[in-house]
Amino acid sequence: MTITEKILARRAGRDRVVPGDNIWVDVDILMTHDVCGPPTIDIFRREFGADAAPWDKEKLVIIPDHYIFTKNHHANRNVELLRAFAAEHDLPYYYDPGTPNYKGVCHMALAEEGFNLPGSLLIGTDSHTCTSGAFGMFSTGVGNTDAALILGTGKIWLKVPETMRFVFEGSLPPYLMAKDLILQVIGDIGTDGGTYRALEFDGEAVYDLPVHERMTLTNMAIEAGGKNGIIPPDEKTFEYVRERTDRAFEPVYGDPGARCHSVRHYRVEEIEPLVAKPHSPDNRATVSEVAGTRLDRAYVGSCTGGKLEDFVAAASILRGQEVAIDTYIVPATTWIGEQLHSTRVEGDTLYEIFERSGCKLGQASCAACLGGPSDTFGRTHGSEVVISTTNRNFPGRMGSKQASVYLASPYTVAASALSGTITDPREVLV
Amino acid sequence: MKKIISGAAYVVGDAIDTDQIIPAEHLVYSLSDAEERRYYGRYALSGVPQGCQGLPYGDRPFTAPNAFRSEYAIVVGGSNFGCGSSREHAPFALQEAGCAAVVAESYARIFYRNAVDGGFIVPFESIERLLERVRTGDLLEIDTSLGKLSNRTTGEEFLLKPLGDVADILKAGNVFEFARQAGFMPA
Ligand code: SF4
Repeated sequence: MTITEKILARRAGRDRVVPGDNIWVDVDILMTHDVCGPPTIDIFRREFGADAAPWDKEKLVIIPDHYIFTKNHHANRNVELLRAFAAEHDLPYYYDPGTPNYKGVCHMALAEEGFNLPGSLLIGTDSHTCTSGAFGMFSTGVGNTDAALILGTGKIWLKVPETMRFVFEGSLPPYLMAKDLILQVIGDIGTDGGTYRALEFDGEAVYDLPVHERMTLTNMAIEAGGKNGIIPPDEKTFEYVRERTDRAFEPVYGDPGARCHSVRHYRVEEIEPLVAKPHSPDNRATVSEVAGTRLDRAYVGSCTGGKLEDFVAAASILRGQEVAIDTYIVPATTWIGEQLHSTRVEGDTLYEIFERSGCKLGQASCAACLGGPSDTFGRTHGSEVVISTTNRNFPGRMGSKQASVYLASPYTVAASALSGTITDPREVLV
Repeated sequence: MKKIISGAAYVVGDAIDTDQIIPAEHLVYSLSDAEERRYYGRYALSGVPQGCQGLPYGDRPFTAPNAFRSEYAIVVGGSNFGCGSSREHAPFALQEAGCAAVVAESYARIFYRNAVDGGFIVPFESIERLLERVRTGDLLEIDTSLGKLSNRTTGEEFLLKPLGDVADILKAGNVFEFARQAGFMPA
């Protein structure tokens, strides 16, 4: 069995599962946020009774992050509904906006707060819940109805997916980031190439990556239609987890030679800096193919591109220079926001570097990654051409249906911000 | 699930993602408040770009401006229908607009699951590509027990793929009824 199959078997209480089996499994953590939490709670109350309590308070994590810094009345009401539910049930893991407890983007916050445990099973009401798979666990996104059923019973039915393996060999050149690797994969297999399947990543280049960068690979598994993304854990994973939580965990590994749908091997030295052109994450081009494309805006943020490593990468290019176009910087979480003030590149803090180069700095949240209410920081309103470290560029994703979004690594986004046109980071990285 | 689902077709292209089915800015409305939920019907498929709205014409909104219900009951799409976010608001919006079924070549996993588990719409998979065989406004009839789609306007008939594993959930009505039958939830 693969690692995915083994985790599912364990949580189903079975010795063995095979792809295609429909099984009921026990959920270790259910995560929800401000967009899908309130309707999940509505359905939960309708099905389990107005006073019903969550099946296990210790396993419910509520992280408002999508529509936080907005005057939109309906969006604010969603947060109030979550706050009331958390108070009613005295929930230990609710991260309230406007308080020191507020975290920001759920997928990063789950990692930072130690909820991602190797071998465990996490379900979230967000398609990028697959991000947590970077910790060697099964994680996938579901809708409100499935979440409501978990809230009442702790269980979900799942179809065991086949596994597609992606092995990255060699050592990552200094101008590439995890974003380039995953854009390569999505360009190869398409936005539905992984539908119903597990995407498993390994190889030397993957294990050389810091844990946060690995999360960029699993984060975008859904962009290929994948059910989950997963990276078998190593010592780096364990260290990351132990620094953040005392919870016990039991890592799981696939059997050598376990049957897979397919295996693809990549030599990372052969991969070029890449973009996904408008309007689909699989619309891949090398940066050199689209170099010179005129841009209106650059954006560094989101669960996949607003990590500390992403800002260090962007700052290493922006330091001492001025951006030529509107450039937005949005840390995924409040912790990362704090780190901008203490993490330095050649003596300057990231915050100083971004301020001096003329970037606009926002507060930790999803912000313009998904458009959102009209007053959302960084949201497009016209026919802007944007280069962004986010994960999705469908029409209207960043707000305006007329806008065009290129997805790229923080290196490529920063290099492009300086020139105002799509620029290969190799031109500016020394 | 009804034996016969019939009504006018609304035809869209490939990779209709959830931002096109219900743009993110509209996700703020309550799904349970009777007054507010109607807005999901109003904005269903409103993210489909001009030129692609109601093929082959391209300029026919799914829900008429200021209306809450659509005149179309069956959406016909290409491959990877519903890709993108996990928002259950997507199949819900289609249902709220009055749509009963989608017939597409293939689906993104979460959309498909949401449609079935919530009992919002029936997601049928077509065997052949229908985009060029059905025009927006054609009168369609789906016989759910035979798995057959008839285009009453052109007289053509098409077979649909069997619903397979999810048929039991669709028959139960939604995943809660299914879970009750499986004994995980009190009846
Ligand atoms: S940052 Fe973007 S992709 Fe990530 S959870 Fe928020 S909206 Fe979704």
